[in-house]
Amino acid sequence: MSTNPVIYQFHGGMQLEHHKQLSLGQPLQQASLADEIIIPLNQHIGEANQALVKVGDEVSAGQILAETSELVSAPVHAPCTGRITAIEPRPIAHPSGQQADCFILQPTAGLATIESWDNPPLADSSKQELLEIIRAAGIVGLGGAVFPTAAKLETADNYPIETLIINGAECEPYITCDDILMQTRPALVIRGIQYLQRILQPQRTLIGIEDNKPTAIKAMREALSEAALEHTEVVSIPSLYPSGSEKQLIKILTGQEVHSGQLAFEIGALSQNTGTCAAIAQAVDQNQALTSRIVTVTGPGVNNPGNWLTPLGTPFSHLIELAGGYKVAQPKLIMGGPMMGLELNDDRIPVVKATNCILVLDQADQPQAQPCVRCGRCTEVCPAKLLPQQLYWYSRARQFETMEKYHLFDCIECGCCSAVCPSHIPLVQYYRYAKSEIWEQQRKTYKSDRSRKRHEFREARLERQKQRDEERRRLKREALAKKKAAQQQTGDKPDKPKEQTVDAVQAALLRVKARKQQQDAERKNISNLTPEQQRQIDEADARRQKMKQEDS
Amino acid sequence: MSTLSSPFVTPSAGTNRMMLNVLIALIPGTLAYIWYFGVGLIVNLVFAIGFALLFEALILWLRKRPLKPYLSDYSAVVAGWLFALCIPMHSPWWLIAVGMAFAMIAGKHLYGGLGFNPFNPAMVGYVVVLISFPQQMTTWFLPITVSGEAMNLVEAFSYSLGFSDLQQWDALTMATPLDQYKTNLGLNMMVSEIRQSPVFGDFGGVGWEWIANWWFLGGLYLLYTKTIRWHIPVSMLGAVLLFALIFYVMDPDSIASPGFHLFSGGVMLGAFFIATDPVSASTTNKGRLVYGCMIGTLVYIIRSWGGYPDGVAFAVLLANMCVPLIDYYTQPRVYGVEPPEDHHH
Repeated sequence: MSTNPVIYQFHGGMQLEHHKQLSLGQPLQQASLADEIIIPLNQHIGEANQALVKVGDEVSAGQILAETSELVSAPVHAPCTGRITAIEPRPIAHPSGQQADCFILQPTAGLATIESWDNPPLADSSKQELLEIIRAAGIVGLGGAVFPTAAKLETADNYPIETLIINGAECEPYITCDDILMQTRPALVIRGIQYLQRILQPQRTLIGIEDNKPTAIKAMREALSEAALEHTEVVSIPSLYPSGSEKQLIKILTGQEVHSGQLAFEIGALSQNTGTCAAIAQAVDQNQALTSRIVTVTGPGVNNPGNWLTPLGTPFSHLIELAGGYKVAQPKLIMGGPMMGLELNDDRIPVVKATNCILVLDQADQPQAQPCVRCGRCTEVCPAKLLPQQLYWYSRARQFETMEKYHLFDCIECGCCSAVCPSHIPLVQYYRYAKSEIWEQQRKTYKSDRSRKRHEFREARLERQKQRDEERRRLKREALAKKKAAQQQTGDKPDKPKEQTVDAVQAALLRVKARKQQQDAERKNISNLTPEQQRQIDEADARRQKMKQEDS
Repeated sequence: MSTLSSPFVTPSAGTNRMMLNVLIALIPGTLAYIWYFGVGLIVNLVFAIGFALLFEALILWLRKRPLKPYLSDYSAVVAGWLFALCIPMHSPWWLIAVGMAFAMIAGKHLYGGLGFNPFNPAMVGYVVVLISFPQQMTTWFLPITVSGEAMNLVEAFSYSLGFSDLQQWDALTMATPLDQYKTNLGLNMMVSEIRQSPVFGDFGGVGWEWIANWWFLGGLYLLYTKTIRWHIPVSMLGAVLLFALIFYVMDPDSIASPGFHLFSGGVMLGAFFIATDPVSASTTNKGRLVYGCMIGTLVYIIRSWGGYPDGVAFAVLLANMCVPLIDYYTQPRVYGVEPPEDHHH
């Protein structure tokens, strides 16, 4: 056992009941293929993907189904060979309960089994090649943020990265997917780290794991010493929620704080989840796109909790069946952990890159919220050192500007304040609401600014137009005056006979009319047609003619 | 009602549990009080808690609020109990009614009810009766050990209800130790002379000093159960101790000892049970230190140079007023936000 380096403390946090043993009772298993695979086009934070395949297409395992050329994006791939039977909106894991476009894939062949987890020799791909592999494999942050990993690494390239942090904290109760990954495939994680080190060239790498995972810590230390990585350490950290939150883990491991409103790179730290490391290793070594992930299915509401290596797109209901089905009459379905997870009301929602855990709780009645008594427990547990009670107060008063001054946007929504509140006030819900109100306000301000600018621009343009017209009229008047003067000099009569003018107008009108008739006679948009277009028009004309005849 | 968004965890113990902890912590001191001064305290408690619940229910009904959740949060019981401990024993029922009416209606519900009152309701009620009924509020009964006798429960009830005469019990009343100090120091008596009176014990008054010890014990229970935090009691007692020590060292002949100050009057009860009322106290840790310190300082100032023998109620109410300001200036440094002085580099 190697010694643990110095670690630091973050403010607040909570010691929660782990409930981790629940899903560690059985080994990691391969989930079978569901009859229908549902793959949302977008499973990352960033730009939207475009579909590359159509309904009816046969696709093979690992084939790209949707992508975009934007930097902040990640393609999605087919997890198995099959046929696209539909591309349609389906319910997905989203707080609004909205539907999103999904590929519906009917498998026509079984899952390709991965032959061996043995380590091939370390690939000698260059930094650029590695980034391209990671991008093409559709890898995103598997800790839950689903930010495209290649984009993160490329952005980080503009900063000197001192510390690479590997997040194996897994501080949320119940979830064990990272734990079981580190227990069973530590070498894979270490290889991913090696590739990350090649890209980032960090001075040191710290792998933070909560001390409630002794088996994982041991396995990782052994794999690390086998790989003989320099300046890389496994750090056992106290089990204190939310140690796995990026900012808190950076504080624990480096003692530094990420500045408010900035990204971690700016203090020379970059963190990656252990699952992401494994996905990188699989992409580089085995040319595997991200089409499966480990999902913990657990909670008091399922019969046989455990971890499954699951093809992305597998409906929750299929996994719950694998876990022995529901144990309770009114299951409460949550994606993620109990502290930050998302409640879902439909178990046909598919597993996506962000799905680390399916938690099934019993639908218990929550106590009614009572008035805040300002006890300050929320302040004591807040890892961002905010004043949750004051934020709540201002949120009720809709004083969103004041909330911003009280650093609302430094709230990481970890849920500690709500969990300790003796008045059972859903505090985080108030902050989420306030944040969305502020964003909405900003969007409106932006829009109204833009339309105000447009309006001003239009006014200016009309003004210029008016001036130009004025100028033209003036010039014309002057020209006319000059002409008149010239005519007078030559002794012509100042006024032409009236009939003559009327005739000129008449003539002009006639000319216009004639031109119009001519234009109507020949159809305007049929010049320069290709033979193909001409043929189609002829066919359409023929059809029309036929219909007319039939009618009569 | 189901939670709409995370976290989905077993709910923590509710506010009623916190209030219940306060009631539990009050029991030893209350029993000691009865031991030293007689069962008359029970009459105070019955009337005060009864009126507190009555007025709370009345105004909840007027405000069209549900009665059960609010009456069962024990906050009215705590307010009534504390009020009963602050007023003299054998106070007339109507004085308690007036006090509790002001506490619950003006002190609590006119501001919006539990959680919205800037002032400690029990102290609002106490100060109203203290100022309005000086005669009744300075009629204190002697400890049993000094007077040798006390009313029984029936006598105490009939006395409180006005059925028996004050004359009959007149011999048992006397000024409180703090009051005697103030009056006699005004007469240029020496501390040693004043302490000749039988009402004085080792530190404070006979009985009072022991009751204070039990409040202290109850306070430890509140700290242990994390119902309160250490900041307010420590800073309040610390401030009283510091000022008492400074002035005592300067003039031990005519200034009461620090021990006397800590164990007399409402200081111990105030430090653990009154100043720590979360609703009307500061919420930040630094703020709580300032708040407690302010109360301790004001208590010493009022006792030494003010018009009243004790000043806990006034001190608490004055500090309540400063809470928004204290909270504003004692915000903790948020994670990742540099302290203001670092902004200029």
